[in-house]
Amino acid sequence: MANGFLLVGRRALNFVARLGSTFILLLKTVYYFKEIPRSLGLIVDQFFFIGNKSLPLIVITSIFIGAVSAWQAAYQFQFIGAPLRYLGAAVGKAIVIELAPVLTALVVAGRVGAGIAAEIGTMKVTEQIDALESMAISPVRYLVMPRFFASLTMIPLLTIFSNFVAIAGALAVSVLFVDLSYETFLNGIKNSFQIFDMVSGLTKSAVFGAIIGIVGCHEGYRAEGGARGVGKSTMEAVVISSVMILIADYIIATVLFKV
Amino acid sequence: MMSAQVIRIENISRAFGSKKVLNGINLAVDKGESLVIIGQSGCGKSVLLKHLNRLLRPDSGAVYIHDKDISLMPSEELFELRKTIGMLFQSAALLDSLTVGENVGLGLREGWKYSKSEIADMVRDKLELVGLANTENLYPSDLSGGMRKRVGLARAIATNPEILLYDEPTTGLDPITSDIINNLMIELREKLKVTSIAVTHDMTSAYKIADRIVMLYNGKIEFEGTPEQVRNSGNEIVSQFINGRATGPIEVQ
Ligand SMILES: Nc1ncnc2c1ncn2[C@@H]1O[C@H](COP(=O)(O)OP(=O)(O)OP(=O)(O)O)[C@@H](O)[C@H]1O
Ligand SMILES: [Mg+2]
Repeated sequence: MANGFLLVGRRALNFVARLGSTFILLLKTVYYFKEIPRSLGLIVDQFFFIGNKSLPLIVITSIFIGAVSAWQAAYQFQFIGAPLRYLGAAVGKAIVIELAPVLTALVVAGRVGAGIAAEIGTMKVTEQIDALESMAISPVRYLVMPRFFASLTMIPLLTIFSNFVAIAGALAVSVLFVDLSYETFLNGIKNSFQIFDMVSGLTKSAVFGAIIGIVGCHEGYRAEGGARGVGKSTMEAVVISSVMILIADYIIATVLFKV
Repeated sequence: MMSAQVIRIENISRAFGSKKVLNGINLAVDKGESLVIIGQSGCGKSVLLKHLNRLLRPDSGAVYIHDKDISLMPSEELFELRKTIGMLFQSAALLDSLTVGENVGLGLREGWKYSKSEIADMVRDKLELVGLANTENLYPSDLSGGMRKRVGLARAIATNPEILLYDEPTTGLDPITSDIINNLMIELREKLKVTSIAVTHDMTSAYKIADRIVMLYNGKIEFEGTPEQVRNSGNEIVSQFINGRATGPIEVQ
């Protein structure tokens, strides 16, 4: 019994310590934002890396998420007897506020977050990070900051893109299978559109981007041993950032939207 | 008069978990001196070397460079210090996303204000010195182990540091290339008064480049002397090691 408590206690302590060290890395990274002008080349590389890795997957997930949410909404509308001209409004809001930011972030966490953790982890276990240190180059400036910054800025951009693709998917379903004219669907979106929805969706995605960037770097940094250690870090980066994205989503929703 | 001491290691100990690797090491290196560290595989030579630019910190004891305790240095000062210390890693530790040329020029590009063409010239010179002219555009994965080692060496000397730490500079090289590297290390010391510490298993190289050799054993310094003294040492442990005998006082775990 006492051992059980000890184990739980130790786990909890480890968790807090890990959160703490992630936060410290975040502070150090933000400190190096002053070096952004000098590091543009490194940052642009990361833009391409994130874009290349994510775009195809985001297109596919967004089309289907848009399509399925239009289908489901139409079904529910029939059930409660709501007029279908509100379909565009309902689906559009759901996509912009919730679906596009969260699903984009989860897809990117699996691709980019894992990629960042694997790359930095490999550099750690093969002494490449030590080599940077020995040359008086801060790995936080050289490796972490560009990845973090790119992730912070690219993920909102990808989310905007995902919004359009998902709405196109919803539109296609509405026109082809629900017998809604596309004018009605788009008018529904237009009439219900509020800047605040867009801003809150993008705020979320910036927070998600920050989580993916910093968790990927931090877990990579913790890698030890060899290929096995890198594999473990990579997996943990995906798990931790996905869970944190969902928690952050809930917290932001409760702050932004008063029920 | 005492000559200027550049590095002073005072009673450092370091363990990993329950495994004591260094156990009270004392060592001083003078300006322009070439010290060689020998010892069995796994005895802590690389670990000791990494304490000299604070890639690792001792559990107890201190490392002084130019009479300053480096474990207490704020990071800005540490960065300035590291610019004056070049390190060749045992694994070469080249950045595999960068070309050979970018690897060698990395320190110059990030830490100094040279133009692109100045850096390109310096990179070409250093690669020539290690016998790898015109390899700038290759990637580390295109190179053999010995070539990587030499790129690592070119990178370590690229910024003309005052102190050089070499971790097994000639391992994996053929005898002729080894000798070219030995001569390069000697030249750096003679022309530029570089202070160096080299870890090696290669006794031919050790005798050739060392002013002084220390042997590490069981976390301590077992023997210290000139190449001549090492060769003629009556110490059983030393003679077993330099003559490469499987049996003797050194127990192999
Ligand atoms: N980061 C680390 N974590 C845990 N143990 C370590 C670490 N680095 C080194 N060690 C241990 O310290 C000991 C000394 O390692 P070190 O690399 O210094 O040996 P070495 O003398 O350089 O050997 P070799 O000649 O084979 O390179 C080894 O037993 C190794 O397992
Ligand atoms: Mg070693």
